[in-house]
Amino acid sequence: MCGIAGLIHRDGAGEIGREMTDMLQALKHRGPDSTGFAIYGVPTQDQFVLRFKVAEQEEMAKGFKIHDEVKRRRVSVDERLKTLEARVLEVEEATEYAFRYRIAYGGDLKKLSDYIEDVEGAEILSIGNALELIKDLGDAGTVSGQYALGGFAGTHGIGHTRMATESDVDIRSAHPYWAYPYNDIAVVHNGQITNYWLMRRQLEREGQRFVSNCDSELLAVYTATNLDKGASLEDSLKQSIQEIDGVFTYLVATKDELGMAKDTMAAKPMVLYEAENLVALASEEVAIRSIVPHEIDTWDPYDEEVRVWRA
Amino acid sequence: MAGVSDHETSSHEMGMHTEQLSGRDQQVFFDLSEEGGFTYTDSFDVDFNKRTEIDVSNMDAKQTNLRLRELMAEGYGTIVLNNPGAKHSIAVGILNRLNLIIEGSLGYFGCGLIDGPNVRISGRVGWSFAENMMAGTIVIEKNAGSTFGAALRGGDLVCKGSVGSRTGIDMKGGTILVGGDTGAFSGFMMQRGRMVVCGNAGKNLGDSMYDGNIFVGGEIRDLGVDAVPGELTDLDRAWLTRKLKMYDLLPAKGVDHFKKIVAGKQLWNYDNLEPTEKKLIL
Repeated sequence: MCGIAGLIHRDGAGEIGREMTDMLQALKHRGPDSTGFAIYGVPTQDQFVLRFKVAEQEEMAKGFKIHDEVKRRRVSVDERLKTLEARVLEVEEATEYAFRYRIAYGGDLKKLSDYIEDVEGAEILSIGNALELIKDLGDAGTVSGQYALGGFAGTHGIGHTRMATESDVDIRSAHPYWAYPYNDIAVVHNGQITNYWLMRRQLEREGQRFVSNCDSELLAVYTATNLDKGASLEDSLKQSIQEIDGVFTYLVATKDELGMAKDTMAAKPMVLYEAENLVALASEEVAIRSIVPHEIDTWDPYDEEVRVWRA
Repeated sequence: MAGVSDHETSSHEMGMHTEQLSGRDQQVFFDLSEEGGFTYTDSFDVDFNKRTEIDVSNMDAKQTNLRLRELMAEGYGTIVLNNPGAKHSIAVGILNRLNLIIEGSLGYFGCGLIDGPNVRISGRVGWSFAENMMAGTIVIEKNAGSTFGAALRGGDLVCKGSVGSRTGIDMKGGTILVGGDTGAFSGFMMQRGRMVVCGNAGKNLGDSMYDGNIFVGGEIRDLGVDAVPGELTDLDRAWLTRKLKMYDLLPAKGVDHFKKIVAGKQLWNYDNLEPTEKKLIL
């Protein structure tokens, strides 16, 4: 089933971490397997927030050797950052296997990403001037607490509560998906894409890489490819309704935009609340009401509807 | 039409008896000669003048629905439900006469499987509202989500705002009135009843409808398979005017501009054959 949510403050930064946590916790019943956040703070030029993991959560419970192994993997990542002259400015260890680095880097992001992911077990969750992508197993309260998201201030964010249907219960298959190797683009999706393999093979032939077998990752790679070719976010969303088959409602966030698209069947829900200073969307109104606790006017976007808002 | 009253003639002309039921097993649920056939055995004797209010902000759906049941058992016939907070499955399964006033918005599956109450909702409702409603009246002041009135059997279901997609999917009777627009696939596999949309209708309106009537005041994006334009008769105009007036939805310019959509009845299911008979033929 899955639940998705997004919000954007149009009058400056808000308490995005707390708000997204509340919204996703309200959607827990739509998917308790994993929870993910893509939240956007104040952009910093030439500095990136690098979120990565060197193991899956479930691996950590398999014997003693993995604890030494994750340390070895992390040292390898540090060495590779140094080799590419990426300067580590700040380090946070949310868990034993997932890390947040603030780095100063002026080189090619794809080269950096490929080099780090070449380390066994390493996967970059996100790189961005503003984006921070956090996802792990458990409900929103658990993941938010584990990664200390409660105090995160930012302009906008998207999030996902996952009920695994097409792929495994692991972090790799959890949403949001960062649009590797593009800066600051993330996607969450509710639905099923029926021409996934066809489109994946097409994008792979163009040189794009996929880390999971989750159909939702396609939307991230597809969007990033379109934006890289010069399309606007709105154009890409409109194009996706024509090119992607299946039932879907999905949200895309970039450094300063939040967009949504609903498929031609309108089979997946989305409730929209649009106020002067805040736009909030969710699979169910109850999520919006968790951050706007009074009577509000909301509506369902229709089939093939595309909307984009700027922070 | 010989042998029938004027009233019956009108209902025939309005297309309410056109479905051919031969060839199918019909089950009699109520014996009209028995008084007990008109009420449920566990329904409550309530007094509409006995009124109370409840605040459900700290109750979940089960607690709220049980509280409503307790109040009906105590004879309350008018209940005001405050702060529903868009929670799901509120006010479901009410098989009783009741005036229920909901101050706020409901989430998914609100007022499902109800038979008899009159409900007024000041806010919005989510997906699958009033699914399988049997009788009564529901008036929603704001918008509604998709699959509004799915499999509706009877009663008046009114949304003064706009509704989502697949409105009245599989509806088998009753009336759906929408003050604003409706989304795609509205009236999909509609079998009986009437749907009135004062605004626009999305694509595939009335797709694969078996019977019933859909009236649209605005633009129709396109019709679904086997949905065809019908003639708007004087009886239709009279009925539309009366019904829309009843809920303050009558457009200032009247109802002459409404389009009527009916089933073309060209699909395979109009051959009246039992599945076993069909196998023999095929």
